Amino acid sequence: MRAVLLLALKSAWARRLTLGIALVAIALASALLLAVERVRSDARASFTQSVSAVDLVVGARSGAVQLMLYAVFHSGSATNNMRWESFEALATHPAVEWAVPLSLGDGHRGFPVLGTSAAYFDRLRYGDRQALTFSAGKPFAEVFEAVLGSEVAAQLGYRPGDHITLSHGMAELGPEHADKPFTVVGILAPTGTPVDRTVHVDLAAISAIHLDWAGGAPLPGLAIPAEQVRKFDLQPQEITAMLIGLKSRRDVFRLQRHINGYRGEPLLAVMPGVALDELWQTLATVEQTLLALSALVVAVALAGLTATLLAGLNERRRELAILRALGAGPREIFMMLTVEGLLVTALGVLLGAALLAAGIVALGPLLREYGVHLALRPPTASEWGLVVSILTTGLLASLVPGWRAWRISLADGLTPRN
Amino acid sequence: MTHSVDQAIRIKELTYRWPRQCADCLAISHFAVAHGERVFLHGPSGSGKSTLLALLGGVALPQTGRIELLGQPLTALSAHARDRFRADHVGFVFQQFNLLPWLSARDNVLLPCIFSTRRRERAGDPQQAAARLLTHLDLAPALWQKPAAELSVGQQQRVAAARALIGQPGILIADEPTSALDAPRQQGFIDLLLAETAAANAALLFVSHDIRLAAHFDRTVALADVNCAATEAAT
Ligand SMILES: Nc1ncnc2c1ncn2[C@@H]1O[C@H](COP(=O)(O)OP(=O)(O)OP(=O)(O)O)[C@@H](O)[C@H]1O
Ligand SMILES: [Mg+2]
Repeated sequence: MRAVLLLALKSAWARRLTLGIALVAIALASALLLAVERVRSDARASFTQSVSAVDLVVGARSGAVQLMLYAVFHSGSATNNMRWESFEALATHPAVEWAVPLSLGDGHRGFPVLGTSAAYFDRLRYGDRQALTFSAGKPFAEVFEAVLGSEVAAQLGYRPGDHITLSHGMAELGPEHADKPFTVVGILAPTGTPVDRTVHVDLAAISAIHLDWAGGAPLPGLAIPAEQVRKFDLQPQEITAMLIGLKSRRDVFRLQRHINGYRGEPLLAVMPGVALDELWQTLATVEQTLLALSALVVAVALAGLTATLLAGLNERRRELAILRALGAGPREIFMMLTVEGLLVTALGVLLGAALLAAGIVALGPLLREYGVHLALRPPTASEWGLVVSILTTGLLASLVPGWRAWRISLADGLTPRN
Repeated sequence: MTHSVDQAIRIKELTYRWPRQCADCLAISHFAVAHGERVFLHGPSGSGKSTLLALLGGVALPQTGRIELLGQPLTALSAHARDRFRADHVGFVFQQFNLLPWLSARDNVLLPCIFSTRRRERAGDPQQAAARLLTHLDLAPALWQKPAAELSVGQQQRVAAARALIGQPGILIADEPTSALDAPRQQGFIDLLLAETAAANAALLFVSHDIRLAAHFDRTVALADVNCAATEAAT
């Protein structure tokens, strides 16, 4: 038996070109399937990890998913702001342990700028309730100081002490707040969350750079120099959203009801986990469709393998007859073909996994811009599940040529006929 | 019965019919080849020569009758045991395409030693045995490492003969091994084969439709003389 398997390997090596093509097809198909699954699960993980200690996200009334998307992931934009008085009222609510304001809308070279309070760095948790840490510098203390997410600093090559200017809106070439440069005072350690891609400034700075602006453009004839902004009241009128941490999680529903029925203005409070579940539900059909399509592509690739092996079999009738004459039984001939197919499948899946790893390295940074963090890591249980089902299907696909070879070797005996 | 032990091949009251055929292809009441005997079996195309070899190889099983090889009743063995027996005791040379084209000449010769422990052990050092056989069969050492596909047909047939002989199987079966060779080479190949089987003290059943090749064999048999099915069909 071992002898036959060894010969099967040598025989397969002799046909490496045709088998290689089948193998590459399987590799590409498995890479696709595994990539869909990986993006699906890692997107969930990275979204869920972004808000691990936040009990409620509050903003002007809109959709729960929409609120989450712009408040936490800085994608999309708020249709309405919430009033500063509402923030103050909620922040001092007896059930609230901490509250952090969020003000979005400006950008720096494509990265979102978040106006917030220094408490943000103490309170926000990511992943498994880990606190933010600084890889360099410290939190902002002055109006025109900025703290950069790790990726902003890495991509743009900033260090503490560098000066940056913000642009109005997220467009890379939006109008600049060039007259009011910021000093980089701190750089955060990588978190694998949207924090990495955010420029953090004091909430007061957002007011300051817009003092002499109205309706998205500088007011003509009114230019307030940076040194003089301190003379103005930098308390904002409005913020985009706020994050709330509670003293006790038991109060979460009560406070949510309180906020959703807030008298001062229409507000919406969402629990991040619930909102994300809602998001996954809306995405579920898309995910399922993508998975099904990729599974179909794998099936096509494996059908290609069956076709390749079957086509090759006709030219190998002589080989089979020789092996028979040497003492191989139909069972061994069957094994030989089946093992060959299974081997090609296994190598294909292996190559596919390698392609996926290469893809993650190459395309990871691009996907990170969309808040999806793909990391090189061992396969998850569901990925193993996919690998096993590809191998099982590959085995089934190889049984066909195996069975055919069995039939041929019985019919031909020692003299191959064509 | 003591007599049968002296026989390398013994066939009794055999009938064989291919599946889905309405007439017997072979009906042999008695046919035997002694140890070390070299027999030339001839018959026209389609007379059942290859069929008989399939039966002797244990690849096909007769409907009735008995086949004994080296005293072992083949017809009493399971399909798997027949495969093993073939690997251990029978060397085959066919008309053409005997070799695995992607293996070197030498590795082709060594194949029986992979499939049969008995033949590996009897070969002693298989590498040396292969070298000796290839030398005897007149194949230049420069060709030994070449892929079989790159050898000429005559060279391939000599490699096939070396493979059939390695590990000293008791029986050598050749099915028209010279029909792909040109006339001058045919006799040369047969002489080599006869000499080597004699040296290995193996029985040789050489099958061909070309009676002109019969010269140097111990005995010549016409299949029609032993096969009643053919005479029945003819009359
Ligand atoms: N695998 C098979 N299935 C069905 N019938 C077969 C098979 N092999 C051979 N036969 C039939 O058996 C008969 C004998 O064929 P066989 O190949 O034994 O002849 P042969 O004497 O070897 O001829 P040749 O000299 O051309 O090789 C033929 O009528 C053939 O049709
Ligand atoms: Mg024939």
